[in-house]
Amino acid sequence: MSKFEALTGNAAVATAMRQINPDVVAAYPITPQTSTVQTFADFVADGLVDTEFVCVESEHSAMSACVGASAAGARVMTATAANGLALMWEILYIAASNRCPIVMSLVNRALSAPINIHCDHSDVMGIRDSGWLILFSENGQEAYDNLIQAVRIAEHPDVLLPVAICQDGFITSHALERVEIYDDADVRAFVGEYKPQWPLLDLEHPKTYGPLDFYDYYYEHKRQQVEAMEHAQRVILEVAEEFNRKFNRNYGLFEPYRLEDAEVAVIVANSTAGTARVVVDRLRDEGLKVGLLKPRVFRPFPAEELADALSHLKAVAVMDRSISFGAMDNAGPLFLELAAALALHGVQVPMADYVYGLGGRDILPHEIERVYRDALKVAETGRVERRVTYLSVRE
Amino acid sequence: MRRQRRESRVHERYLRHSKKFPNIWCAGCGIGIVLGAIIRAVDGLQLDKDDVAMISGIGCTGRMPVYVDFNTMHTTHGRALAFATGLKMVRPEMKVIVVMGDGDALAIGGNHFIHAARRNIGLTAIVVNNLTYGMTGGQYSPTTPIGALATTAPYGHIEQPFPIAELAVAAGAAFVARSTVYHVRELEKYIARAINVEGFAVVEAVSYCHTTLGRLNRWGTAPEMMRRLKENSVTLKQAESMSEEEKRGKIVRGIFVEQEIPEYTRLYDRIIERAQQRTSLQVETA
Ligand SMILES: Cc1ncc(C[n+]2csc(CCOP(=O)(O)OP(=O)(O)O)c2C)c(N)n1
Ligand code: SF4
Repeated sequence: MSKFEALTGNAAVATAMRQINPDVVAAYPITPQTSTVQTFADFVADGLVDTEFVCVESEHSAMSACVGASAAGARVMTATAANGLALMWEILYIAASNRCPIVMSLVNRALSAPINIHCDHSDVMGIRDSGWLILFSENGQEAYDNLIQAVRIAEHPDVLLPVAICQDGFITSHALERVEIYDDADVRAFVGEYKPQWPLLDLEHPKTYGPLDFYDYYYEHKRQQVEAMEHAQRVILEVAEEFNRKFNRNYGLFEPYRLEDAEVAVIVANSTAGTARVVVDRLRDEGLKVGLLKPRVFRPFPAEELADALSHLKAVAVMDRSISFGAMDNAGPLFLELAAALALHGVQVPMADYVYGLGGRDILPHEIERVYRDALKVAETGRVERRVTYLSVRE
Repeated sequence: MRRQRRESRVHERYLRHSKKFPNIWCAGCGIGIVLGAIIRAVDGLQLDKDDVAMISGIGCTGRMPVYVDFNTMHTTHGRALAFATGLKMVRPEMKVIVVMGDGDALAIGGNHFIHAARRNIGLTAIVVNNLTYGMTGGQYSPTTPIGALATTAPYGHIEQPFPIAELAVAAGAAFVARSTVYHVRELEKYIARAINVEGFAVVEAVSYCHTTLGRLNRWGTAPEMMRRLKENSVTLKQAESMSEEEKRGKIVRGIFVEQEIPEYTRLYDRIIERAQQRTSLQVETA
């Protein structure tokens, strides 16, 4: 039987980790992730899991230890945020290229400088091209559910790629919410046993990971990573379907809300989608045809499916919690990628980008309402007055 | 010569009153005492504030530069010495004080610490050793004693700690001293000497974190932990006549090394000079 508990996002993630019972966890503390691993350290000390818990001396070492353990054939997890993720950067690529199915809880926090411990998405957007799968979570429940699914996705023989599960620093990582925790046995049955295909410690069949690989085969190895990414979308959906059936949920590549008959929509990931949903209901009460699309899977980017889901709209407003400095119009990465996806799939809809909430700046319903009202105007005139707006910033 | 009586509120002249006060430190924390000692040391040396740079990494200790009116840089966790090295290379005449927690200096930034010492670059490294990662909530650090409870070692710590001062000596630093936040005058004196040293100078300031590690281990309140520093420490001289057994668990205070060895930026200048001489010779003979 599942039960409902009042848990912070981090505690929900730690609970998922306890149920998954990974072989190795290597991590280094960083706000706002710290309490995840600290809670998990208690589980280890109390003998509730069989995990080898490695307390390393930096995130660079954490990810390195994860890669080593994963290559050896272990089921491996870690957690980090912001500068911790930045310090892992070198090894993130190695994890993906070595096809290590590591699962990471990434609690989104602004990158320095200046120093800031609060939420934005600059950290995760820096690893867009690293070869990791990236999934967003609106709240603790989704972080918990996504983490459980991530193990299956990462370890699927057609994928074998690391997965990062994001949630918003403090906003959900530290907020106490009602989370449905499934029965331990059910979760264990769902994730199953990990059978590594090419473990380093299989002494009968010696292997090597990551040796010199120049113009002879490096390129082919990269091509194989592409293939794994291509498979990933199918696998994510298969795993979601099984999960939905078993635990009565409704995961897909993204989550539409009152989108079907909408004329304008906002696209926003993680916790702000929850606020936007409230605004949608309010505006619907006024008779305005507004909807919401909350991305779940960011890597691999479901371009065609997104284009399909948005093709009937008259205006689209994307909300980005980071900036791609120097990119077209200094817009945010979500906007840029979505704009390309719609254009290439022949969907012609006026689009605008709204950068918001950098460094944890609060985003309030009335500000999201403004985004909707802008979009409604665009829908009427067919003209975008301003491509990129930086919401609630002193200029 | 009798020293002049010091004005009682010397700190006031060095603090950035416009900035984030009250500070973030827990009431009773030792870090403020170290900051006070640094300020008085700088004041005693009559340095111009603008000739002093204070660089920190991240942590409770790392917050120090926020509050003082020197040239300051708050960098990333573990990299304070690396940033400071860059600064010193460009402005070798500057007094560069680097403040770090034990985690900052010896875990995530441990590599920079030993190499700055080996290179003997003229930085003053002040390590506030509170035996834990204070800011992130009492996880064990490279200086946590064996047997202590930490949030990442709920049943007791099993790893050997680094003795910071001894490590710095072994790595080749020009000046190494250790004192505690109880022995404030001594600490201030060591810091002043360290700032005046030409090469890499390390002052280990043993402190405590009553909020995290102290609470976990029931080591008592801040004053009680302060008393431990007093009762549990011996001078280098006293330590000389003690057996290994007697010295176990004691904090040994004093100046561990003070040597004149060539400082890195000076050596570097000489290399530039030599290279320029050679090229000008070549030009002449061409
Ligand atoms: C790359 C990176 N990893 C982790 C952190 C999180 N973090 C902030 S302070 C800290 C440890 C602080 O301990 P210490 O350096 O001993 O200083 P104290 O707070 O005890 O003064 C950690 C792990 C960070 N800021 N950056
Ligand atoms: S947490 Fe510990 S080290 Fe940090 S300010 Fe409080 S007492 Fe000092």
